[in-house]
Amino acid sequence: MWTSGLGSPEGAGPIHRVFKVESGRFRTHRYDRRMPESSSGTAPVAPWDYSPAPETVPVTVPERTRLFVGGKFIDPRSGRWFDTVNPATEAVLSRIAEGDASDVDAAVAAARKALKPWSKLPARERAKYLYRIARRIQERARELAVLETMDGGKPIKESRDVDVPLAAQHFFHHAGWCDKLRYAVPGGDPRPVGVCGQVIPWNFPLLMAAWKLAPALACGNTVVLKPAETTSLTAMRLAEILQECDLPPGVVNIVTGAGDTGRALVEHDGVDKVAFTGSTEVGKRIAKACAARGTRLTLELGGKSPNIVFADAAIDQAIEGIVQGIWFNQGHVCCAGSRLFVEESVLPEVTRKLEMRMRTLRVGDPLDKNTDIGAINSKGQLQTIERYIAAGAEEGCTVCQSGQQALPAKGYWCRPTFMTGVQPAHVVAREEIFGPVLAVMSFRTPEEAISRANNSPYGLAAGVWTEKGSKVFDVARRLQAGVVWCNTYNQFDATSPFGGFKESGFGREGGMQGLAAYLAE
Amino acid sequence: MADNERIPVLKTWKLFVKGAFPRSESGRTLALHGPKGELVAHLSHASRKDLRDAVEAARAAFPGWSGATAYLRGQIVYRLAEMLEGRRGDLADGIRATTGASRKKAEAEVDRAIDRTVCWAGWCDKFQMVLGSRNPVAGPYHNFSMPEPGGVCVALQADAGETPLLGFMSLVLPPLCAGNAVVAVADARHPLGALLVAESAPTADVPAGALNVLTGQAAELASWVAGHRDVDSVHAQAGGEVAATLRAGAAENLKRVTVLSADEDFGDEERWTNPRRLASFVETKTIWHPSSA
Repeated sequence: MWTSGLGSPEGAGPIHRVFKVESGRFRTHRYDRRMPESSSGTAPVAPWDYSPAPETVPVTVPERTRLFVGGKFIDPRSGRWFDTVNPATEAVLSRIAEGDASDVDAAVAAARKALKPWSKLPARERAKYLYRIARRIQERARELAVLETMDGGKPIKESRDVDVPLAAQHFFHHAGWCDKLRYAVPGGDPRPVGVCGQVIPWNFPLLMAAWKLAPALACGNTVVLKPAETTSLTAMRLAEILQECDLPPGVVNIVTGAGDTGRALVEHDGVDKVAFTGSTEVGKRIAKACAARGTRLTLELGGKSPNIVFADAAIDQAIEGIVQGIWFNQGHVCCAGSRLFVEESVLPEVTRKLEMRMRTLRVGDPLDKNTDIGAINSKGQLQTIERYIAAGAEEGCTVCQSGQQALPAKGYWCRPTFMTGVQPAHVVAREEIFGPVLAVMSFRTPEEAISRANNSPYGLAAGVWTEKGSKVFDVARRLQAGVVWCNTYNQFDATSPFGGFKESGFGREGGMQGLAAYLAE
Repeated sequence: MADNERIPVLKTWKLFVKGAFPRSESGRTLALHGPKGELVAHLSHASRKDLRDAVEAARAAFPGWSGATAYLRGQIVYRLAEMLEGRRGDLADGIRATTGASRKKAEAEVDRAIDRTVCWAGWCDKFQMVLGSRNPVAGPYHNFSMPEPGGVCVALQADAGETPLLGFMSLVLPPLCAGNAVVAVADARHPLGALLVAESAPTADVPAGALNVLTGQAAELASWVAGHRDVDSVHAQAGGEVAATLRAGAAENLKRVTVLSADEDFGDEERWTNPRRLASFVETKTIWHPSSA
């Protein structure tokens, strides 16, 4: 059933085949893994079987997950609850409180009440709370990683090695800033903004909570956080950690819910600063609401980030970067390198090697330590991705998907996919898919690569692959992107500012620059 | 002697070199006295060879310590604060045994010393941002400057003044957090806080040799420190002849020397949490790279 259309040059290929996600039992753990080609360029060797390697730490999930307001877990005033499911099994994990406007009111009031004592606390004492939180995240890392994977579908090796450690680092790094803020702002008299309303997405639930909370708290603000409706569990586990750390009540409040809850928060009169990470569409709505009231705002929105491979790149290394760029976290990454630009002379080599590499990726049980591609976060997102793949095929792209491996019967799955023959006007080259789908295009000159890379309303991130140093800095300088990865991709660190140009949002998170958003002007 | 009287176990305080606790190779000891002249304990009396061993250990540890991620260094120094927090009582007793300070005063000093450790732990992954720069040179070059640790630093406390533990930590932390390997010499009249810090270091995962602690006669050690070719910087609190020896000897191999007077106010938060304290312990490296294809 796998057919490769890569023999034909870019643009010339017909629609090859669009694969539907199929059903099939996933008990045998037979993977369609093949070795990358050998150095002599011969055909792949035969596949072999993998034994399951499930992560075994038991995590108990409460039947109901309540709001965290004023330091206490409380039932929602709304009286409403909604299910959160494991996207790999479709089993209901917990009933989540759905906060309404009155719940948001209560949370904002709690944050307001906590603001004065928290911001007056000597900075070095404030720091100690953040250090405690960082330590507790480290100590409960395994539990948080398993829960993150259960609730969001990401592979355990990513939640274990990326999300949770980075969340801990974010608190640790920002703890140190508490008493050093005057060095972060030139000529500054650092003062907090006030009560922050923060709305975060479902792709890195705990990590985004850390990105939002740590700088806000370090600068002396208090917070009302709204997690994404499909991924509330780790945020609420973080609330438990805040309790364990004796963080004063009201300094952090967490109100779960969906879009209406988020709207009530960002439009609340008692909120001095709004921070949002999510889609550009919602970001623009929030920008309007905040503009009307003059609320401080930072936005970290969508992207359609270019990943540019020059002929003088280390190609094998670039292949790994392409894989990391688009298939990390099922492509649910705002800065995913979703537009691949390959210099024409190496296009056949790159697509051939990419296909080989793609077929080694294991799709399946996210709790299996060998899994590369986990479950798509929700049914709705899977449908969106499938619509885009179909749209690409209809527009004449060649769709290449690894297709032999059986997928689990239940859950939301999408095989890693790339498309060749993509034209700049195609929808898959312009719109954010937020899934494991890569659009492959070619270019002839650096100027062409740069102008096509910049030809997007987005400007979040970019990748540059070349062994020539001067080209690295030249291209990096000319790309309109908030983060440029050179000969690497999808690297994150608490000390490194992250955020976009243009419609990818404004403001930065992380590093020294990230503090500015949480300090009064 | 009553039958049930328990005889206390007396402790001889030893040196801390390369993660171990040796006696002085010279076999010498010093008597430590309390404020009323009573005998408190015996100390190892570091020799020139002990100093050389410590510098050698520091030099060996330097690549690992400076090459570790700043995040890891920060966590290790923070862990040291966690360890010291658990020994607050011991530290206060150590201060009081030789200074005669009131319990309240000693405890306040311990708290400040621990808080200072936490503060400097935080600098480990931040001073590079504050002291580094991207320089807008008038040409097609990517040009940036970044601070790098200088190498081996000797932190020499010849005259501890009022607050021996806070002073010791303030001498040690800036070079250590910048990634230097440190040989610290504690004031032989008030060394117990420093020696308890040494005992806490291995349990905080400070790599062997990254921090070494000696006790000895500052006047004797100063000339050996000043003349040692493998010492890159000196952070000292000393007066009179010791200060003069350090400054003069250092000129031989252009050691970076910072000498503070005996009445230095280590309680000055603004001064002692300021990244400018790092100036002598880092070198600025500027890198040019063409930025036009």
